Amino acid sequence: MASDAAARLASAPQRDPDYTEIYPASGWAALKLGELWRYRELLLFLTWREIKVRYKQTAIGAGWALIQPLFTMLIFTLFFGRLAKMPSEGVPYSVFSLTALVPWIFFANGLTLSSNSLVGNANLIGKVYFPRLLIPISSVLSGFVDFVLAFILLALFCMYEGVRVHGAIVWLPVFLLLATVACLGVGLWFSALNVEYRDVRYIIPFLTQLWLFATPVVYPASLLGGRWRSVYGLNPMVSVVEGFRWAVLGTARPEGGMLAFSAVTAVVLLVSGAFYFRRMEQNFADIV
Amino acid sequence: MSNIAIHCEGLGKQYRLGAASQHRYKALRDVLAGAATAPFRAAAALARGERVRKEKPAPFWALRDVSFDIEHGEIVGVIGRNGAGKSTLLKILSKITTPTTGYARIHGRVGSLLEVGSGFHPELTGRDNIYMNGAILGMTRREIERKFDEIVAFAEVEKFVDTPVKRYSSGMYLRLAFAVAAHLEPEILFVDEVLAVGDAAFQKKCLGKMNEVSRQGRTIIFVSHNMTALRNLCTRAIWLADGKVVEDGEAGAVVADYLQRNSSSRLETVWDDPGTAPGNDRVRLHSVRVIPKSVDEAGQITVSSPIQLEFCYWNLVPDAVLHISIFLYSLEEVCIFNVGSEAAPRPRGLIRHTCEIPGNLLNDGCYYLRLLIVRDLSTPIFTHNNVAAFEVRDLPRAGAWYGKWQGAVRPNLKWATEVIGAESSLVRS
Repeated sequence: MASDAAARLASAPQRDPDYTEIYPASGWAALKLGELWRYRELLLFLTWREIKVRYKQTAIGAGWALIQPLFTMLIFTLFFGRLAKMPSEGVPYSVFSLTALVPWIFFANGLTLSSNSLVGNANLIGKVYFPRLLIPISSVLSGFVDFVLAFILLALFCMYEGVRVHGAIVWLPVFLLLATVACLGVGLWFSALNVEYRDVRYIIPFLTQLWLFATPVVYPASLLGGRWRSVYGLNPMVSVVEGFRWAVLGTARPEGGMLAFSAVTAVVLLVSGAFYFRRMEQNFADIV
Repeated sequence: MSNIAIHCEGLGKQYRLGAASQHRYKALRDVLAGAATAPFRAAAALARGERVRKEKPAPFWALRDVSFDIEHGEIVGVIGRNGAGKSTLLKILSKITTPTTGYARIHGRVGSLLEVGSGFHPELTGRDNIYMNGAILGMTRREIERKFDEIVAFAEVEKFVDTPVKRYSSGMYLRLAFAVAAHLEPEILFVDEVLAVGDAAFQKKCLGKMNEVSRQGRTIIFVSHNMTALRNLCTRAIWLADGKVVEDGEAGAVVADYLQRNSSSRLETVWDDPGTAPGNDRVRLHSVRVIPKSVDEAGQITVSSPIQLEFCYWNLVPDAVLHISIFLYSLEEVCIFNVGSEAAPRPRGLIRHTCEIPGNLLNDGCYYLRLLIVRDLSTPIFTHNNVAAFEVRDLPRAGAWYGKWQGAVRPNLKWATEVIGAESSLVRS
C-alpha cells in the first residue's frame, strides 16, 4: 500500500506535487517546458493514437506513405524531367526529385496536420487539461512513421539507380531535425491561428503549394545566382532539401551562409510560434 | 501544512456575448477587411458628424466573485440551475480555462471528470482506448497496466477488449469509459454530471463507486442535478445562481433551501400592454395561467389534480402559421414532456391555446414550463425559458411506506389481477 502511494506520488504526471495555482490569463506566458516534460508519456500516447487511427482509417493504410511520394515523383519526372528538361545536377531526375520529396512531404503533411490538430481535438481541449502544445507536437511526430517508410522507398530507388552511399549521409539527421523544427514552428503558428480564425485552414493547402515551388524540389537550387543563395536560405526547407540531396546523392554541399539563414529562421519560427501558442492557449477552451 | 485542499478567492469568468459572438468564430478575412476599411468608415462617420463608435460586445459574467475554502476529505456538491456557472467553476479549477478575475490554489493531485471517455476513438480497440483515456486523465502507463484487468472487469467488456469501440453498444461504451475514470486515484476529484448518462443500473454503479471513493478520504467536488444523490454523498453543498454563491453550507440544508426557493409557484402571469409584453414584432405574450381543476384542503395541486394550461399571445402578423410548443421540466432539469398545439394560419389579434395535463400523470415535485411560439411548423420566433412554475404535492398515503415514488411520471395505471389457477395447479401433474 505504501509503495503504491509512493509510486503514485513519484509518477504524478499531472502537476506539482505541492500545489497548483490558478491565475487569470496574462498576455505572454512562460513556455513551461518542465510541464511538457512531465507529460511526455501522454505525448507518446497522442502520437501513437494519431498514427494508429490514420493507418486504420485509410483503405490502403501505410501504403499511403509510399503512394504519395512515388506518384508525385512520377508526375514530376514526366513533366519537369522529361518534358521541361529541368537540370538535375547529374543524377537521374527521378532520384533527384524523390530525394527532395521525402523531406518535403514530411514537412507539408506535418504542417497540415498540426495546423488542423487543435480544431480536430476541440472536444478534448474543452474537457481535459494537459499542455495544449502536445497536440500539434504529436501531429508532427506522427509524421516520422511515414517518413521512415518513404525513406526506405528512396533507399530502394537509389540502389536501383546505382547511387552510391556517401559519407555525408551522417548529416541526414541534422537536416531532418531542421525540417522538424521548421514544420513545428509553422504548425504552432497556424494551429493557434486556426482556433481564432477559422478560415486559416483554407490558406494552408494554398500556402504549402506555393511553398513547394519556393523550395528547390522540382529544380536545383543552383538555378539561382550565388549572391541570392544565402537569402534563399530564409526558407528553411531550401537547406533541408539541398542537405538531403547532398547527404543522399552527393551533390554540391549546401553553403554555410544558406544553412545559417535557414537554422536561424527555423528556430525563430519555433520559439515565436511556441510563445504565440502559449499566449493564445489560455483562451482555447472558450473559443475552440 | 494546513488542511486546505482548495482555496478560491474572487474567481470570476467573463464571456463576451453580442456582436462578436454572433458568428462563433472569427474569420481572418473579416478581421483583415475590417482593419482595412476601418479608417474609411471612421472618416465617413466623421464626415456625417457622428462620433466613431467602437462596437463593444456585452460582457457576460458566467462566474462572479466566487470564494470558498475546501478542506481535504470534504465532499462538496455544487448545485444551481443550468447556466448558473457550475461547469465554468469546474473548468477553471481543472485549468481547462483561465478565470478572468481571482485566484485559486489547489493542494494535491487533481483528477477531473468533466465527461467520460475523453480521447476515445471509435476506430481503436477497447484496450487502446483504456490506455489513451487513462493517459489523458493523468495516469501513467504503469498505473494503467496495473489496473487494466480491474478496469475491464468493472466495465464487463472482457470479451470485447480487442474489438474497436465503434462496434460496442452505447451501454458498453459508457461502462468502459466510466471504468477508466473510476480507477483514477487523485487526491482531489472534480466530477461534472457524468452520472446523468446511462441507464438506471449504470447510474447505480456509478453512485456506488462515488460512495466508495468518498469514503477513502478524498476530496471531491461534484456537480449534479440529482438532489437525492447530493444529499446522500455530500457533506457540504455550494449553491450557485447567476455565477454567484447563494449559499454554502451543510448539504441537506442547502439542498432544502434550493428546492424551496425554486419551488415558488408562478401560476399566473399577465402582461397588459402589448407594447412592453415579452415578445417581438411578430408576437407578444399576453398571459400564462396554470389552473388546477382540483386541489387538496390546503389549496395545493396534488398528484391527482388535472391541470389546465392556458397561453395567450398577440399575433401581430396576419395569417402567420403559428403553433406553440411547451416543455415541462422538473427541478432537476429533466424534460418530462414536450407537446405542441396544432399549427394553423392565425389572424392578427389575441390568440389563446389551452390544454390539460390529466390527473395522475405527474409525480410529486416542482415543475416549470418553457414556451416556444413557432412559425411555419419549424421556426421558433419566440422562446421563454420559464413562463410558469408549479408544485405537485403528494397525496396523504395510507400505507406504511413514505419514500418518494421513483420515476419522472406517476401514472395511475389500471391493474387487473385475477386468480387463473385453482390450488390444484400447484401440484405438478
